[in-house]
Order: sequence, then structure tokens, then C-alpha cells
Amino acid sequence: MTECTVDGEPLPFVPGQTLAAALVASGRIAWRTTRIGRRPRGVFCGIGVCFDCLVTVDGRSGQRACLVRARAGMTVTTGREDGDE
Amino acid sequence: MSEPGDLVVVGAGPAGMAAAATALHGGLRVTLLDAGPEPGGQFWRRPVRAADPAARAAHPRRGRRTYRALCAALSAHRRTGRLTLLTDHHAWTATRGEDGFTVHAVDRSRAPEETDVALRAPALLVATGAYDRQLPFPGWDLPGVLTAGGLQALLKGGGVPAGARVVLGGTGPFLLPVAAALATRGAEVAAVCEASGPSAWLRRPGPLLRRPARWAEAAGYAAVLARHRVPVRTRTAITAAEGTGRVAAVRTALLDADGSPLPGSERRIAADTVGVGWGFVPQLDLLVTLGCPLADAGDGSMAAAVDGGQRTGVPGLYAAGEACGVGGAALAVGEGRLAAVSVLADLGAPGRPNPRRLAAERAAVAGHRAFARAVAGAHPVPPGWSSWLTDDTPVCRCEEVTAGAVRSVCADGSAADHRQVKQLTRAGMGWCQGRMCGPAVHGLAAPGQPYAPAERLIATPLTLGALAGPGEPPPVPS
Repeated sequence: MTECTVDGEPLPFVPGQTLAAALVASGRIAWRTTRIGRRPRGVFCGIGVCFDCLVTVDGRSGQRACLVRARAGMTVTTGREDGDE
Repeated sequence: MSEPGDLVVVGAGPAGMAAAATALHGGLRVTLLDAGPEPGGQFWRRPVRAADPAARAAHPRRGRRTYRALCAALSAHRRTGRLTLLTDHHAWTATRGEDGFTVHAVDRSRAPEETDVALRAPALLVATGAYDRQLPFPGWDLPGVLTAGGLQALLKGGGVPAGARVVLGGTGPFLLPVAAALATRGAEVAAVCEASGPSAWLRRPGPLLRRPARWAEAAGYAAVLARHRVPVRTRTAITAAEGTGRVAAVRTALLDADGSPLPGSERRIAADTVGVGWGFVPQLDLLVTLGCPLADAGDGSMAAAVDGGQRTGVPGLYAAGEACGVGGAALAVGEGRLAAVSVLADLGAPGRPNPRRLAAERAAVAGHRAFARAVAGAHPVPPGWSSWLTDDTPVCRCEEVTAGAVRSVCADGSAADHRQVKQLTRAGMGWCQGRMCGPAVHGLAAPGQPYAPAERLIATPLTLGALAGPGEPPPVPS
């Protein structure tokens, strides 16, 4: 099992897994809030279409967690509104 | 800028793989690109290496021999150097010039790093597939509510069931393999709510009866569901999801002939996860940008209009698979092969299949297409779906535009289609560019009309850094 870092905590993942799959496997289903209604959001479409699952990866916001494959040493932060710059 | 080849294929699912293999076999130089980490698309998505055996069980058996043969053919042609396979490449626009097409893509193999790539060829095949059609309902934006395809992608690609107790809803045969895969993986599937009635299949039985293999497949899923005691409720829809922070239950209702919930039929089912899908919407971004004419696919969506050889109305531009009408992997493979045969003929390449084999391929495609039409006819979006929306139900998830806001601009006559609704309410203007809410907004604004997506000049979001990368300067959207 390999690990990356999400919000300062280690997140284990299986090589080849996306960040979304690793987050869901760890029990997290939502990791962002919407801009207007402050509604919680996580993975919805799972294939890169809906942009609900946005996270910041190595300082780059607006990354779709369902598409980005987890890598050892990757630093992920969640919770930013819509991943705005 | 890579060396120009003869054919660029966007999308390495069943259609794109088959097209590339046939074109390579006929002697062409092909560039095949896909957003995923390897060929296969959503249908032949490979489980992660260390995934448990149950995740492998979710991998479809049907067509696996075709998949292996296509993988072998593509590997052989990579060794000869005639195939350039670009995985983790997201095509974001394409342009047509005098000497052919330029496809602009970003290489995201080291995401979040991005590198812009421009690919040129006289012929372009778009095989970009489809995604789940969504219809909003109260609570559909609660965490734990996913698309049926999203549940399947997490399970197949990530080896992860999204929850412990799942209810599936919507319409179409795709709900059954998702339910079977989740049940096999140990999730409790509390109900599968299929909006159509069992008699829907009897209205056009001909094409269905002529495809015994598909019956066997359906029977296989039915056996899995029976073994795990999964109730399949027909003429039933999920009309609401409830919970705070995460879905805790769904409300379901029996539907009348119109698709409206029958009073008194409501049930509440506890669930921590919900998967919903109302068939699929073709992914048409590149085709629309290139001016490809569309046609009514007969399932509520417009799709690329193609001739018998998968040629679109734009010379040199071909389409295959779900982009020309949703019909499943076997149809997509056949269409991919026919498209490649047309490319070989149109470019004057020597290697073409013999006429008898070509006739057999055309007949097989016609059979699969008739089956797809029959399935679409048996699983329509129920016209009464919007009756379960409350005014505060979010329709556009990105810009958080409610059903009430959309209805008010439609009711006062200021909007007659989803483009006008977007201008007035911002529905469809957010990150996903209306991919999620477009069919629903369209259904509210112009019920009964097939949905055609708005033109999106950029099919995937990019950083300015990627645009300024070493690739050819991208076109400026006008």
C-alpha cells in the first residue's frame, strides 16, 4: 500500500487508483462545498464530466479527483470552493 | 508537433480501438488518443492491478475476446511504429484546414502537469462515447448520490464500492450490470427501480428476439440479482433522496403511464448510496465544433449524422460508437470497423476487406442498431419526470440554479430552449458546461424535442501554461 497526503493526513491507495477512489475507499464521500449554497460535494459522475469532485493537487486547483491517479508523495488539499484560482 | 499520420482517432473505447486496428491492418499510420490510462474506454475499463477478484468480476465477460484481439493488434502495430498510442491525453478542440484536421490535446500523464500536443492528419475519427443522462430530483446533490456510471467506474476502475446499502434508479439495461457488480462485491442492493414496465419490451419484440446473446447476458445478471435477493421494481422511480451531509434514504413511487408518481404508492428505503442513470448522452463536443450535422438518435438525444460508412457531413470527418447514437460495445466495434474501411477507401489505401466480409459487417451493424433502437424504445425518459421536482430542487449543480428559476423563465415565454435558459439563469454556465443539466434543462424548456448540446469551444478545462507550451499555437476561439 502506498500513500499520498490529503489535507495533511496520509491517504493510502492502491497503485492505479484515482484520488476519488482512494478517498471513497477511506470513507470520505464529500470534500468540497459549493460557492452559493455551501452544499457538500464529492464524487458524482466518476468519469470527469461533472466537476463535482474538484481538489487541489500539488498547488494546482481545479483538478478532477476522479481522473487524477494517486501518486506517492502527491499533496492534495480539499474544501476550496469550486477549486477557484 | 508530431509527424502527420493518415488518421487521428479520438477515443480508445470499443469503437476507436476497432477503427484503429482496421485502419492499421489496411496500411495506414494512425494516432489513437484517449483520456484514460490505457485503451478500453468506459466499457473495457481495466481493474487496478491490486484490485480484489470481485472488482475483476465486474469486468464484462461479453466481448472480452474481441478486446484481447484488439489489444494484441494495437500492440503489434505499436512495435512497427505505425500506431502512436497516446493515453492520458484529453482532446480539447479540433480544427479543419485545407490539408486536413488538427486535434489539440493536453497530455495529463503527469497530472497536475499539463503539456499541449497538436496532432495532424487528413482524416479524423471521433469515437468519444457517452455519459449517463441525469434527471434531477429533490436531494440528488446529496453526497452518496452518484451516477450509475460513476458507481461502476469506482468499482471497475478503483475496486471500491461507494457504499454499503445501495438503491439504483432510472431506466435502461445498464442498471442491471451495475447492480450485479455491486452485489457481487458485497454491497447490499436494496432495490433497483426501473421506470419502464416489463411489457415495454413487448411493443417491438422483433429486434430483441433476434439477439439471443443479449438475452443470455440479461439472464446472467438476473441470476446474480436473484441469488443476492435484489428486488427489481419496474414502473418505479426514485423521486427524492433525503439526508443531511450524506444520503440516508430515498423515496420511490410507482409511475403512471405518463411517468407521474401514483398517489399513495410512495415508499421510503434506507440507503447510504444511490446510483441513477437514464440512459446515456453522446459526447459530441469535437463534432459540434467541427460543424458536424446532427440527427435525432431516437432516444431523446441528437447524435452525429452518419452515412452507411460512418462518414459525417464534414469531408474527412468520421464518427463511430455512442457519438452517433447510443447502442453498446458490439455496435461500437462494428461501426469503428466500418468507419476505418471508409477512411481506407477515401484515402485510396490498398488494404480493404473483401466484399463478403464487409457485407457481413454491415449486416451485423444493422442488427445491433435495430436492437439499440428497440432498447431505447423500451426505456424512454418518462414524460412526467419533471412532476417530481420541487421549486427548490437544484437543476444545474455547478451554478446551483433551481427548477423554480428554470421554470419561471420558460413559463413567461422568455426562454424556449436550454441555450436561452442558460443566458437568463446561468444554468449550464459552470464547470461542466451543461453536460450534467443540459438534457434536463432542455426537457423543461422544450419537452419532447431531442437534446442537442450547446457548442463548447473548449472540451476540457486547461491551464494557460498548457496553451503556452511547446505544441503548435492553438487556435483562438472566435
